[in-house]
Amino acid sequence: MSVISRGFSGRRRGGEKLPPGQYLETGFPVLSAGPTPPVQTATWQFTITTETGEQQRWDWQQFMSLPAEQITTDIHCVTKWSKLGTHWRGVSLDTLLQDVQTSAGYVMARSYGGYTTNLPLPDLRDGKAWVAYEYEGQPLHPEHGGPARLLVPHLYLWKSAKWVTGLDLMTHDRRGFWEQLGYHDYGDPWREQRYQGD
Amino acid sequence: MARAAVPGRLSWLVSTLATSRDETASARTLVLDVPGWPGHQAGQHVDVKLTAEDGYSAQRSYSIASAPDGSSLELTVQRIADGEVSPYLTEVLGPGDPLELRGPIGGWFVWPPGSAAPLLLVAGGSGIVPLMSMIRSHTVNKSKVPVRLIYSLRSPADALYAPELSERTVASPLEVTYLYTRTAPTGMPTGRINADIIDTAAWPPSDKPAVFICGPTGFVEAAAGLLVAAGHDPAAIKTERFGPTS
Repeated sequence: MSVISRGFSGRRRGGEKLPPGQYLETGFPVLSAGPTPPVQTATWQFTITTETGEQQRWDWQQFMSLPAEQITTDIHCVTKWSKLGTHWRGVSLDTLLQDVQTSAGYVMARSYGGYTTNLPLPDLRDGKAWVAYEYEGQPLHPEHGGPARLLVPHLYLWKSAKWVTGLDLMTHDRRGFWEQLGYHDYGDPWREQRYQGD
Repeated sequence: MARAAVPGRLSWLVSTLATSRDETASARTLVLDVPGWPGHQAGQHVDVKLTAEDGYSAQRSYSIASAPDGSSLELTVQRIADGEVSPYLTEVLGPGDPLELRGPIGGWFVWPPGSAAPLLLVAGGSGIVPLMSMIRSHTVNKSKVPVRLIYSLRSPADALYAPELSERTVASPLEVTYLYTRTAPTGMPTGRINADIIDTAAWPPSDKPAVFICGPTGFVEAAAGLLVAAGHDPAAIKTERFGPTS
């Protein structure tokens, strides 16, 4: 039971499209734990490593030759803002995982700069996740994770690792950067899974 | 009544506003009594929840300004004119009123008082708030580590904690460099953070300082970029970026 804040009525923008505790944002705030790492497409690599150590690797040219999709989606940040109807372009994880043989249930996403985040592998399949490289028709800006970031919009945005460079498939779940610091292992905005125990 | 904390879970706590004070024309410090507060580290924040009579609720995050001090907690809230939560916190909430919050949150942007490295704090606007918690913790813990604060703000009228910072430069190994982006006191230039300022006001990379930068996105990007360009280890630079929290 919540305590009533006497005299508070609220602004109530966004309505039913907003998960609990979120508010509508029209800008695009930035959250990162450190300096924006300089990532050049000339040296960029994206590697999927299975639980047996097998690797599939793409350089930027190979990655850009993969079939891409237009994505229109709402995004939700654990710091309470949500943005509705954002437009992205990227490669589906279904495409990237197509030839990967694995029985792993979990993934650790790794980024340039050292960031990590953990996700269940099924959450990356069936049209639910992409490696995105355009935002609103423009190349993805470095401060938003460019040249390419993971995009898993049905989970809080910290799971959509900026500057992503690899996925390590794992048989057992391990915690990533924010998850070790008390943030939720799964992070479903509609169940308001912000912190461990939520 | 505060609810009992569930182990491993960040429970909502009911705090009470003990008192408040205006820091500037648009920023107010809330002094809260939080029964059951588990304590915090300098640099952490809390989630605050307001609930209307019909059950509608809104949440925002606010940095903790105070050093760890039992069940007492201070938040400094910058009022955003068309905001949803900050006008309530700065204009409506009165002494004795309840306020739901949970925390502490964030274990990365924190300064451990036992740290031996010189401390470099870089603040843009109300980004000073979590850094002030570090400065206050530094005093409470009688740390001997030298501290430099670079504080960028629009005008002298926007300065948070100016008298306290001034006192602390006398009592503590603290140096403060103010930068004014729009209006400066007579005789001082206006300008944004740049390589010359980093060169003169920051610790050199050879001193291996622990660096904390907090402020609006553009400011943090600029400051972090300048420090990396000056030779600081990116891994030693911790950042917290925000847009206005309405």
